[in-house]
Formats: sequence, C-alpha cells, structure tokens
Amino acid sequence: MYRSRIDRLLQIALPLLALLAAVIVLLILWFLWLESWPFIASGDLFNSNSWHPSESQYNLLPMVLGTLVTALGAVVLAAPLGLAAALFCRFYAPQPLARIYRWILELMAGIPSVVYGFWGLVVLVPMIARWQGPGTSILAGILVLTLMILPTASLLAEAALEKTPEHWIAGAYALGLNRWVMVRHLAIPHAYGGLLNALLLQAARALGETMAVLMVCGNIAVLPSSLFNPVRTLSANIALEMAYALDTHRAALYFSGLLLLLTVLLLVLGAGRLRQEYKHA
Amino acid sequence: MHSGLALRCDSRLLDRVAQTLLWLLAALVCGVFCWLLFDIVIEGGAGLSWSFLSQLPEDAGRAGGIASILVSTLAVLVVCLSVALPIGLGTAIWLAEYSDHLIVARWVRRSLQLLAGVPSIVIGLFGYAFFCRALGLGYSLLAGGLTLACMVLPLLVGALEAGLRAVPESLRQGAAALGLSQAGTLLYLLLPAAAPALIAGLILSVGRALAETAALLFTSGYVTRMPESLADSGRVLSVHIFDLTMNVAGGDHYAYTTALVLLGLLCAINALAKLAVRSIFSGKAERNEQVFSL
Repeated sequence: MYRSRIDRLLQIALPLLALLAAVIVLLILWFLWLESWPFIASGDLFNSNSWHPSESQYNLLPMVLGTLVTALGAVVLAAPLGLAAALFCRFYAPQPLARIYRWILELMAGIPSVVYGFWGLVVLVPMIARWQGPGTSILAGILVLTLMILPTASLLAEAALEKTPEHWIAGAYALGLNRWVMVRHLAIPHAYGGLLNALLLQAARALGETMAVLMVCGNIAVLPSSLFNPVRTLSANIALEMAYALDTHRAALYFSGLLLLLTVLLLVLGAGRLRQEYKHA
Repeated sequence: MHSGLALRCDSRLLDRVAQTLLWLLAALVCGVFCWLLFDIVIEGGAGLSWSFLSQLPEDAGRAGGIASILVSTLAVLVVCLSVALPIGLGTAIWLAEYSDHLIVARWVRRSLQLLAGVPSIVIGLFGYAFFCRALGLGYSLLAGGLTLACMVLPLLVGALEAGLRAVPESLRQGAAALGLSQAGTLLYLLLPAAAPALIAGLILSVGRALAETAALLFTSGYVTRMPESLADSGRVLSVHIFDLTMNVAGGDHYAYTTALVLLGLLCAINALAKLAVRSIFSGKAERNEQVFSL
C-alpha cells in the first residue's frame, strides 16, 4: 500500500517537473515579447535613421548587419576547416594521433567564449592593428568566432562521418577505390545530413554569441564599409546598454533579443528537421 | 583501359594532395590552439600565487586577488545546481522510464532542444525580466544561479536521460518479475546503476555554467565585494575576466591569471567527468552479476 502511494506520487510529480522544464522556452518567448511590446507599439523601428537612443532614434540595421556579417564570415571559414579536421581525424590520421587530436578538439570546445574574446583582444587585435587600423574590427570578430565554433563543428562533423557503415568503406576499398575517392563519393555524401546539421547549429551559435564579438569588434553602431571597420552586433548592443537602458530604449534592446532568439530558433528547428529527413533517407 | 589507368593515377595524386592539405589544416587548427593555451599559461602563470586566490580584489581588480569572486562563483553554481538537478533528474526519469510513446514527451524533448539553442544573452534578458524584476530578486547571486539553471537544464536532462537509457533492460524486467514497485526499482536499481553517468552529466553542467558570462552580466551583476548572502550581487570568474579587459585599464595581467584559474577549473572538471564515464563501462559487468546473484 505504502509503495503504491509513492508510485502514484512519482506518476504525478515527474510529469510536472518535465512540464516545468518544457515551459521555460515559452516563458522566455512570452517575457521577451512582453518587454519588447512598448518598442514595437511605438513604431520607432521604422522611422529611425541611426542608433541614438537618447534622441529616440532606434535604427537596428547596423547591428543586424554586423551580426549577420560576423556570423556568416565565421561559418564560411569554419566550415572547410571543421570538415578538414574531421576528415583528418576519421580517415587520414594514424589511430593514436586521431585520439589525441579529438581530445584537443574537446578541450578547445570547452574553452569559455570570454577567454576566446580576451585572447582575441590582447593578441589578434594588436596584430590586425599593425597591418591595418584600428584593429578592433569585423575581421577580428570573424576570426575569434571561427576559433570558437570550429572545435564543436569538427566534433559534430566527425560524429556524422563515423556513421558510415564500416562494411561500406571496406567494400569501396575492395572495389579498388582509393581513400580520397571513397571519402569524396561515399563518406561525405553519406554524412551530408549530419554535416549540414552541424553547420546550422554552429551558425546559430555564432549568431547568438556575445562575449567573443563584444570584446574584439569595437562596438561602433554605424554601417561598416570594410572588413577592417569596427562593428556592433545585436548581442553586443544588448550587453553594452542593458545596464542603463530605460523605457523604450530597454524595450528596443528586448526587441533585438527577440529578433535574435527567433532567428536562432529557426536555425535550430531547421537543423532538427534536416537530421530527421536524412535519417529516413 | 588506357583512360582507366590515367584515372587511377589521377585519383592517387588527388589522395596525396588531400592528405597533405588535411595534415596542414589540422596542424594549423592545433597550432592556434596551442598558441592560445601557452599564451594564457605563461602570461597567467606569472601572476598565480596563493595570495592571488585568497585576497580580496582591490582597485577595481588591478591589485589584490579574486577571493570574493571565487566565493560568488561557487554560490552561483550551488544555486544553479540545487535548482537544475531536481528538475533535470525528474524530467530525465520521466522521459526515459515513463513517457514511451507519449506525444507529450516528444514536445518536451523538442522544447528542451530549442532551449539548448537559445543564445546566452537572451537567457540573460529573460533572467533579468523574470527573476530580477518580476520575482523581485534584483541583481543577486540567487537570480544569477536561477538564470544559469535555465541554461544548463537541456544539457543536464540530455546527459541524465542517456545515462538512464544505458541501464540494461534486463534490470527492469528482473525488478518487475520480482514485483518491485516502480519507485523501488528506480531508487535501488536504476539510479545506482546509472550513477556514474548521472555524475558525469552533473559535472558537464557545472563546466557549462562556469564558462558562462553573458547570461550573468545583468542578473548576478558586477559587484566585487565579498557576498554576505544569496541576495547580494556578486561577480563570477568569467565576468571578472571580461570586466578587467574591457573596463579596467591595466587589468590585463590579472585577467590572464583569472583566465588561467578558470581554464584550470574547467580542465579539472572535464577530467572528473571522463573518469566518471569510464567507470560506467568498467563497472557494468560486475553490477549485472550482482543483480543476477540476488
């Protein structure tokens, strides 16, 4: 009798806990919507020419562009590098070296973004400044973001490549195909879904990253004209101004957070859909 | 015949080129990483001492140590885990043991997947609106810890659920055959059997929480004083690194040393998680035997 009462309790408590965990995302969406409503209602979004919150000018375009450019640059750089590291680990490195290399990638993936940002600021930025001022720039942001998403990207890519059945590979070799032909025409096509999934997830991470870009991008809210210009991303904008923002200004920051959230959630959903589709294929 | 030979030579050459290129790129990635690591170990190691760990920060962090920052970090972690662990464990048990074939379970899983993707700055915005303002906690260690709990939950649930699912089905069947209650099975068989995986998941979540900065900027705050209660604002390690580099001129050396301390902690945590995971595989056979001898 006593036992079954505990069982009944568990049957009620566990789903409730799960429900609580599941509701957090909805809560986040609801609160972001609630807090950004004053800004959306004010209509300032469309009649502003620049970002000057003290004069009620809330043009988010420079920040949207900054976010997209840095994230896109990082993905374009990290995709081939990540694939190369994964292929190296899976097919080209001798077994012991591959294990060490994977361990290094795992360590890299665990480094906090604030450390990447810090290192970028004290090492990379002065190097770029010596080449072309002022140093804190889109380029620095792209490089630091690349460094940040690369380890996870290659670990995910490697996990995808590992799913190619061993006997397929053996079959390919038995047919006289050499390693590169096998990789190019069997392993990569077979892992396509997983690779794209990795790419989308890391793109989402790059879009949402704050610390790394905040520290190396210079944070000037003006449309940039070259790779060496400073830029401010949506996330950096929030981190910089939340401390003193009031009323519409704060609502505008919440709105940019909402924008960021929706973009990232779309990418994550897309990644999940991709994985599902390729699983059935 | 002739063209076939040419193709084979061609592809052999291609393989050679690919091999060289991949080795070079892999070395490049590894080289940059070693550069970063050595830079932080050498520059940071110069300032590392016992007094750095045990003194309070002075002059905005330009002098003194990081004692109060370590305490704040610990407090935030404790709050985070003591909230995330019950919810995470409950969710994981429900997902792994109770919810098969339920559509709701799919929704819970999807929701956690989305939560895992939410950028940390957005979690910070939510934490500020919900915990600091709506619940009236203000800038405090409590609010910071709760915000972090939302962030680590997906990782925690994922690891815990995987650990529970790795427990062999024979244990559950044996328990059911013996007429053990669900709660008894859970408490005496499944949780002990999955313990190493549960611990590994817990440790991973601590690592994730330690690495976080953006979500804490405007929830637990910047104050460097020694916190007296959970309602006080306090600065964690990662925020300290950020503040020293961006807002304090001449704080770079202390930022290096703080970064080294943070990396050291993360490495130790990573090694612990590895050890825990390894003991699952070594302990499995033994545990099964024990069960059968029951």
